[in-house]
Amino acid sequence: MDLILDGIIEAFRLIVTGDPEVRDITLLSLRISGSATLISTCIGVSAGTAVALTRFPGRRFLISVINTGMGLPPVVVGLFVTIFIWRSGPLGSLGLLYTPAAMVVAQTVIAAPIITGVTLAAMQRLPGKLRLQILALGATRRQMVWLLMKEARLPLLTAVMAGFGGVISEIGASIMVGGNIRGYTRVLTTATVMETGRGNFAVAIALGVILLILAFTVNYILTAIQQGRGR
Amino acid sequence: MSRPVLEIRKLAVTRNGMPALDVPDLSFAGGEICALIGPNGAGKTTLLLSLMGLVKGAAGEVLYRGERVEPGRGAAALRRRMSLVFQEPLLFSASVYSNIASGLRLRGMARGQVREGVERAMDLLGIAHLARRRAQALSGGEAQRVNLARALAVEPEVLLMDEPFSSLDAPSRETLIADLERIIRRRGITALFATHDRGEAIRLAARIVVMNRGVVAQDGDPNTITQYPADEFVASFMGTETILAGTVTASSGGVMTISVDGGAVEAAGTADAGTAVTFCVHPENIVLSDGVPGTSARNLFRGRVERVVPMGLFRKVYVRCGFMLVAYVTGQSIESMGIREGKEITASFKATAVHVIKVVDKK
Repeated sequence: MDLILDGIIEAFRLIVTGDPEVRDITLLSLRISGSATLISTCIGVSAGTAVALTRFPGRRFLISVINTGMGLPPVVVGLFVTIFIWRSGPLGSLGLLYTPAAMVVAQTVIAAPIITGVTLAAMQRLPGKLRLQILALGATRRQMVWLLMKEARLPLLTAVMAGFGGVISEIGASIMVGGNIRGYTRVLTTATVMETGRGNFAVAIALGVILLILAFTVNYILTAIQQGRGR
Repeated sequence: MSRPVLEIRKLAVTRNGMPALDVPDLSFAGGEICALIGPNGAGKTTLLLSLMGLVKGAAGEVLYRGERVEPGRGAAALRRRMSLVFQEPLLFSASVYSNIASGLRLRGMARGQVREGVERAMDLLGIAHLARRRAQALSGGEAQRVNLARALAVEPEVLLMDEPFSSLDAPSRETLIADLERIIRRRGITALFATHDRGEAIRLAARIVVMNRGVVAQDGDPNTITQYPADEFVASFMGTETILAGTVTASSGGVMTISVDGGAVEAAGTADAGTAVTFCVHPENIVLSDGVPGTSARNLFRGRVERVVPMGLFRKVYVRCGFMLVAYVTGQSIESMGIREGKEITASFKATAVHVIKVVDKK
């Protein structure tokens, strides 16, 4: 119990004193996971909407692939992204390995299927005739898609939250493609694992608490937007 | 005669390899109020959607003032001259004002024009007090009024409605029908509405198109459809239950005698003896009386009341007189004549009330 208490006290000390290393790690976590979520939102919302609104051969198979992708193990993603950006890999010439950019790529691969899958489900849950009603109101196809997305905005925000939650808390891919380099690719999850390995439980708990506060804050903001618009 | 607003030419729609709609030729004039009536699966909704160019893969043509309406690019321009109202209000998760404004905003109208259009539509439907309410907080009747206001706000030349009143309770339906009728007639809107309620169709429409299994079974004014149905389906759907098959045994002076199972009926018309016919008698044309009625009706039958079914202001009375006759009687007549199950009664109708639906064959 003392250990946990010490950890919580340490967390508050680190936050209140504005420890520069912890601050940098937190900001980097936010920047990497935020960028990955943003990119995944663009990809996922577009792809999910497109799959929901079109009929084509193999659609059911594709939906199964997307749903499977929602549960992609981060270490598997880390492994394949590492192979791709390894010096001798297909994208090795880009020199991405052990960079924040590589972490963004890996986290995007994790978050995109989550956001696509939730978007797909959200769009499919809209009344079937709503699409016809919007077209009957005189909408062009582009206007129709926009209005459908507006109508599904609450579950779409849930998709963004699920995507962000999936990447801010993952460790496997980040450590494999980022390498946990101090001051460069060290994020909250990789730092927590490292401090735990060193036996610095108080610091590890402190980082964990900061991670929780960060995840809660971002989700609180998104929830406030979601519920505010839903009223 | 001016060109119709909407024309259908050889329209055919198939679903899962089965024909869903097959309409060779149908047109609607400006200002016409027409009811599409038929059971579920008759093709009413498919027809309305086709008129809006919202059915993919439809063969044939739909013309709006001579311009072809078809799904795909460019269709929005023609659709913007029409409005479509579904049975479910399908309102957006937004305020009533935003919902009514949606069609106008899609047309890129300026904020002031949108406000004017919304206010005008809300006044028409008597829902100005709901402007700030969330659409999801409305009652069924209010939501359907908002739905209609949204459709009317864009001032359509053609208003298509798919069973717009069927989800409403009776009082809401009555007031909404009355308001809608006033608006449509005053604005000269061409209105087509699908329904399976013949009362609604007769009340609102000057023309009824009866549909069954994707084809037009009959197209005419309410009186023709009701009194002179084209076939047994139309007769039955429009409320005629006395549909009998028989054989002409004699024909002279414009009156023929038709022998049916359990008796003989005299009908206006001529046919050779031996001709097999199917005919019907509309329930409003059958008169029930206690004794021998003072009437010139050629058909007089003594029978026994088998069943009395309440239906609003009227009662449907089934009289067994060798064959079954079904008549509509007011509640007051039921009381004054003491009509009840098992009572002996006289049923009468004129020869001209007998409508021969089809001549089956000739011996």
